[in-house]
Amino acid sequence: MAIGLAHYLTVAAILFTLGIFGIFLNRKNVIIILMSIELMLLAVNINLVAFSTQLGDLVGQVFAMFVLTVAAAEAAIGLAILVVYFRNRGTIAVDQINLMKG
Amino acid sequence: MNPMPASEAMVFSPAVPEIFLACAAMALLMIGVFRRSDESRTLSTLSVATLAIAFVLVVIFGREPARAFEGLFIVDQFAVFMKALVLIGSASAIVLAVRFNANEGLDRFEYPVIVVLATLGMMMMISANDFIALYLGLELQSLSLYVLAAFRRDSVRSTEAGLKYFVLGALSSGLLLYGASLIYGFAGSTGFDALARVLAAGAPESTWIGVVFGLVFVSAGLAFKVSAVPFHMWTPDVYEGAPTPVTAFFAVAPKVAAVALFLRVLTGPFGPLVADWQQVIVVISVGSMLIGAFAAIVQTNIKRLMAYSSIGHVGYAFVGLAAGTEAGVRGVLIYMAIYLFMNLGTFACILCMRQNGRMVEDIEDLAGLSKTHPMVAAAMGTFMFSMAGIPPLAGFFGKVYVFLPAIEAGLVTLAVIGVLTSVVSCFYYLRIVKIMYFDEVVEPFDRPIGREVGAILWATGLVILLFIVYPAPILAPATTAAASLFGG
Repeated sequence: MAIGLAHYLTVAAILFTLGIFGIFLNRKNVIIILMSIELMLLAVNINLVAFSTQLGDLVGQVFAMFVLTVAAAEAAIGLAILVVYFRNRGTIAVDQINLMKG
Repeated sequence: MNPMPASEAMVFSPAVPEIFLACAAMALLMIGVFRRSDESRTLSTLSVATLAIAFVLVVIFGREPARAFEGLFIVDQFAVFMKALVLIGSASAIVLAVRFNANEGLDRFEYPVIVVLATLGMMMMISANDFIALYLGLELQSLSLYVLAAFRRDSVRSTEAGLKYFVLGALSSGLLLYGASLIYGFAGSTGFDALARVLAAGAPESTWIGVVFGLVFVSAGLAFKVSAVPFHMWTPDVYEGAPTPVTAFFAVAPKVAAVALFLRVLTGPFGPLVADWQQVIVVISVGSMLIGAFAAIVQTNIKRLMAYSSIGHVGYAFVGLAAGTEAGVRGVLIYMAIYLFMNLGTFACILCMRQNGRMVEDIEDLAGLSKTHPMVAAAMGTFMFSMAGIPPLAGFFGKVYVFLPAIEAGLVTLAVIGVLTSVVSCFYYLRIVKIMYFDEVVEPFDRPIGREVGAILWATGLVILLFIVYPAPILAPATTAAASLFGG
């Protein structure tokens, strides 16, 4: 069986959905949310590279490079905020983040 | 990538304001680090001067529509108008923060530097003409804003606001990116010009579905950034938790930039799909107006109230976008300009709410303000009447300019819902006026309110009051800006 564009898109869609569910269903730990966010961005990268090969166009791969770079910056800032939060609160459990009711 | 004419290949001059701002932000950071003092007044002054120079550069280099970096970056009248609003908002946020940060032990030089960096990101967003440029601008802005929300490092509330904003902001960036990747795959390009050509030429059915799917994701991601329903849930928490000047900044500049992005993406490359996105915008608009009107009624914290109020205002602005016409876009631009001044003024009033040297945030604390601070009460009253949309204040005209095009475009129901929800929202705006003027003083606010805050109060108050007699400075540029977006 040849692996075609549809397979890549399906994998990316599944990973992306997993990422979203990871953010909303997880009640335990904020670190898992950070991992889910990375998962979503990686799904996007699979999409971009698959489309780029399919179209014979390099822009998609350039885009993927930028996404990787920004994802690294995002993770750094996310962890920094998390560290500051932990210092104040002493916990990073998701169901404890409820000082303000939204 | 499509071949570009040689004259367009490597042009930098349209991006001079952004390049200047980027270099200046680095220089400010270096100055801040090597001065070895935490006092931020000097750097705030320098940052405001930087933003003022950037404002002049935007006006000078924005005279002619132009593209730079092989069409990734566009400057037109629309970009100039929106950048001007963003720069005013950012500079005011720095000015408002000087005294607050000194009083609250937040006197650190990073604040103005991060605001300048966020402003750079917003200007990139406004001028983006490609999904890659859009994403990079959006992330530069968002990453700076996450840090600002958690700026009060020793406060649980502020860091919690930063954490919530980060998680939901990153989620929305992911949605936006996923949509961009689908659009790239199905339409074959990330550039807005090329997308507009492909979609206007009429693509086959399979392409169409993929692009519409992608557009839904992109709209969801952008709706997060403007805090429109159903992606508004982060707004009240972040607004309440963040330090007040940061909340003022959040309420004006990023919102203006994200609305600009919405306008450019929907009317530019996706103009041919207007029938598809119009219904989505109508739903978002109605939802935002309803939540903004009803959820705000029960709030006791003034910053939370302002969060719901800003959700409602996005709903009103989107009434104009839903019309999808040039007049509608012009209405959105006027609305956002007036919204900017109303919000800056209101937050300047909120910054006056200090009792015995510490900030208070309950609406009840405003009781009897007219007896202790008559000028502040008068200004706050003006802004509240304007937000409620009562003539002859500017807020009324903002609403007129978005509701009329919607009626002309046949969206009568939408306009009627808009008018009804703005009547409901009158209740909580007028309640503040009632508390200020008719309730008894419990504990007076501290004096003096500070020169900077007073200056912002006067300036924004005059803009709101004088719009009826001299509207040209906002109307004329908004008209040309809307025309430039529709290729006029």
